[in-house]
Amino acid sequence: MLIYALRRLLQAIPVIILIMIGTFLLLKLTPGDTVDALVGDMGGADADFIARMRAEYGLDQPVWVQLWRYMVKLATFDMGQSFVYEQPVATVLMDRLGTTLLLMATSLSLAFSIGITLGAFAARRAYSLTDNLISTLGLVFYATPSFFLSLMMMLLFSVKLGWLPVGGIKTIAGFYTGWDHVVDVARHLIMPTAALSLIYLSFYLRLMRSSVIQVADQDFVRTARAKGAGETRLMVHHIMRNALLPAVTLFGLQFSTLLGGSVVVETIFTLPGLGQLAYQSVIQRDMNTLMGIIFLCSIIVILVNFLTDLLYARLDSRIELS
Amino acid sequence: MTADTAPILTVRDLRIALPEGADRPFALQGLDLTVHPGEIVCMVGESGSGKSLSAGAIMRLLPEPHVHVAGGKIIFEGEDLLAKTEAEMRKVRGNRISMIFQEPMTALNPQKTVGWQIDEVLKLHMGAKRKERQAHALEMLKRVHIPDPESAYNAYPHQISGGQRQRVMIAMALSLSPKLVIADEPTTALDVTTQLQILKLIRDLQKEDGAGVLFITHDFGVVAEIADHVIVLRQGEVVEQGPADQVLNDPKHPYTQALIASVPDLLPPPPKPVTTLPVVLKGTGLRKTFAARGGLLTGKRKAVVAVKDLSFELHQGETLGVVGESGSGKTTVSRLVTRLLDADAGAVEVDGTDLLACTPRELRGMRKHIQMVFQDPMASLNPRKRVVDIIAQGPIVHGEDPDKARARARDLLELVELSPAAANRFPHEFSGGQRQRIGIARALAMEPKVIVADEPVSALDVSVQAQVLKLLADLRDRMNLSLLFVTHDLRVAAQLCDRIIVMQKGEVVEAGFTAEVFANPQHPYTQNLLASIPGRTWTPPYRKTDAA
Repeated sequence: MLIYALRRLLQAIPVIILIMIGTFLLLKLTPGDTVDALVGDMGGADADFIARMRAEYGLDQPVWVQLWRYMVKLATFDMGQSFVYEQPVATVLMDRLGTTLLLMATSLSLAFSIGITLGAFAARRAYSLTDNLISTLGLVFYATPSFFLSLMMMLLFSVKLGWLPVGGIKTIAGFYTGWDHVVDVARHLIMPTAALSLIYLSFYLRLMRSSVIQVADQDFVRTARAKGAGETRLMVHHIMRNALLPAVTLFGLQFSTLLGGSVVVETIFTLPGLGQLAYQSVIQRDMNTLMGIIFLCSIIVILVNFLTDLLYARLDSRIELS
Repeated sequence: MTADTAPILTVRDLRIALPEGADRPFALQGLDLTVHPGEIVCMVGESGSGKSLSAGAIMRLLPEPHVHVAGGKIIFEGEDLLAKTEAEMRKVRGNRISMIFQEPMTALNPQKTVGWQIDEVLKLHMGAKRKERQAHALEMLKRVHIPDPESAYNAYPHQISGGQRQRVMIAMALSLSPKLVIADEPTTALDVTTQLQILKLIRDLQKEDGAGVLFITHDFGVVAEIADHVIVLRQGEVVEQGPADQVLNDPKHPYTQALIASVPDLLPPPPKPVTTLPVVLKGTGLRKTFAARGGLLTGKRKAVVAVKDLSFELHQGETLGVVGESGSGKTTVSRLVTRLLDADAGAVEVDGTDLLACTPRELRGMRKHIQMVFQDPMASLNPRKRVVDIIAQGPIVHGEDPDKARARARDLLELVELSPAAANRFPHEFSGGQRQRIGIARALAMEPKVIVADEPVSALDVSVQAQVLKLLADLRDRMNLSLLFVTHDLRVAAQLCDRIIVMQKGEVVEAGFTAEVFANPQHPYTQNLLASIPGRTWTPPYRKTDAA
């Protein structure tokens, strides 16, 4: 088990290095750099000043030298300074990580649990009215882009009804503490979570529905019936356990796409998370911050995939970690 | 027998309706049967005869409402099962009536331990404490002769062998001493030696408990081995029933006679003087190991030796059988000689050219000399292509004029006794036997020197199997074909093969003329295999007059 974990760690290192090199080169291909963006913000500067600034940030060097310098620093977990925030990138990221993780964890667990329940429910009543209703609903969620859903919810719940705050993570002038703070944050997260989770919910719903229908048809379910097991027992012990496996695989895969989805949702709801930070860093060509975000995200994705594999091995007795 | 005691199960005029649009309105029409305590009643029929559905009806486990009981009575120990509610039925299932299924591989939940699954029956019906239940389960595992019951109790199904899984199923089915056991093809998926052990086990345990057994099978050999009473079904109708001895040795109905005549008998053909004929296919020192995989960065897998040091010669016009149980490496042999799989060492000479030393370009040219007929006629034909194109594809690839190739394809269909009208249809429009004929025509289209047939009749019903075997034998004699015939079924091997090779764990344990090997097996493994053929003491009374 420990050896397995170590080996996975070893496998992760080249993956991360490749990701970092790839993104670095990709970002260098974009027209304009930090200095251009800063100078643009300042409203212009003379060529001498621009050249001095480039030299200061090391941007006057050839790309491969810059890459080498960055990678060497990264090897000591030093992600450098953010050009825009004038703070170490690590500090900027840690500030934002909490919000994003909170958003992602709630969205994904909601999508997972509700999607699976609805999917299993639909499958047990396959081709009935209930099933059709649930499946159609899933299709609608699946087809609605999250930005559209976000804007419509905002229009309905914040502008028309005034029930929920439009954006942000907390009421700025509220200074809530204790439970009040929790409730406040939760109120701010309702719409972003809904916008982010509904699409993923429909994935789980559809997957689970077909998976349950397929498993319910298998020989060992018939065996259990012939043993005199009732429907509840069949569902809990025989069907769900086996039908859950593909959903768990999807869980690990979706975590990475969810990170991408959070860029849109965080920007719309002005949540101070990694997604919003990434968006701003691109606009301002804040290379170090952007690289830092990607570094952090790849670590998170690799970690989650490792945890999914562990969970899968726990759920499926046929898989042995070695 | 036990006619004086009250029957456990009486089925009267049972009718099972199929959904609209099925090939016939009733899956089962007027089934009558009686099972007495201590009696084994065998229900025999080919696929689609309705035998499995009748078991489903007794258990009340039909896929309702599409398939449902339309009439008749099922009386079990004086109670009408059809009148029971679902909750009442649940108390009967697994407790007083239990079932053993065909596929031990899939009939057990892969995610639960063996112990848990046996315990489930006990938990549902026994009402005893956990300790007692566990003791009882272990006792049952001991009764079905599982080595080391304690460790089997904690094992997952994939950790034990197929035969052991079937023992677990039997332990589960018999754990509450049910009055009636329904066994639905319980040994079909097992190797012959395991099959015999399992049949013996079912018979012994049933004698101890005095239960009645309703045994469903398609195999007359198994019937001869185990049955007291036989019911023959065809297309949902009972064509004949009576004591086993009478039905097996003096069948009255023409269908039963035909079925029994289709069972390949165990009399191999007289040895042909083949050794003087030219060798068309020669394997020398073939070896294949499925290598250990993995290393530092991935998971490790143990190396498996599939074939070690195999040599053989196939003469012109001869049929060489490769027999063995699962895992013996016989299928690997068929893949090696056709170079669908690359051997680690050795040579395969087709007409003097070493196939294994060919360059990819040369190999493509050589392919037409050696063709295959596959086991699964369902999966081995491209479902999106018309039959004529499937057959003509090979010659076209090798540069024949497409029109000529198609014309020849039509001739070949006639040769394999299909109507020329079949040419423009798709594979799914044919039955399994017809599809296998198409597979044979496809192989013949290349005018190969050698045909390698990998279990070509294993997926077919006996009567169809007999026809396909006869066709193969006919074609072989008419066209002077050389066949390498891979099979697990010794009856089939006996009927068709001039010489056989017996394989065990990748090694040849015995080789020689079929007649000699069958009459006087030298190796203990061959002796054991031959002794395990179900119904080997029974000789079918009806021989095909035109036997191959």
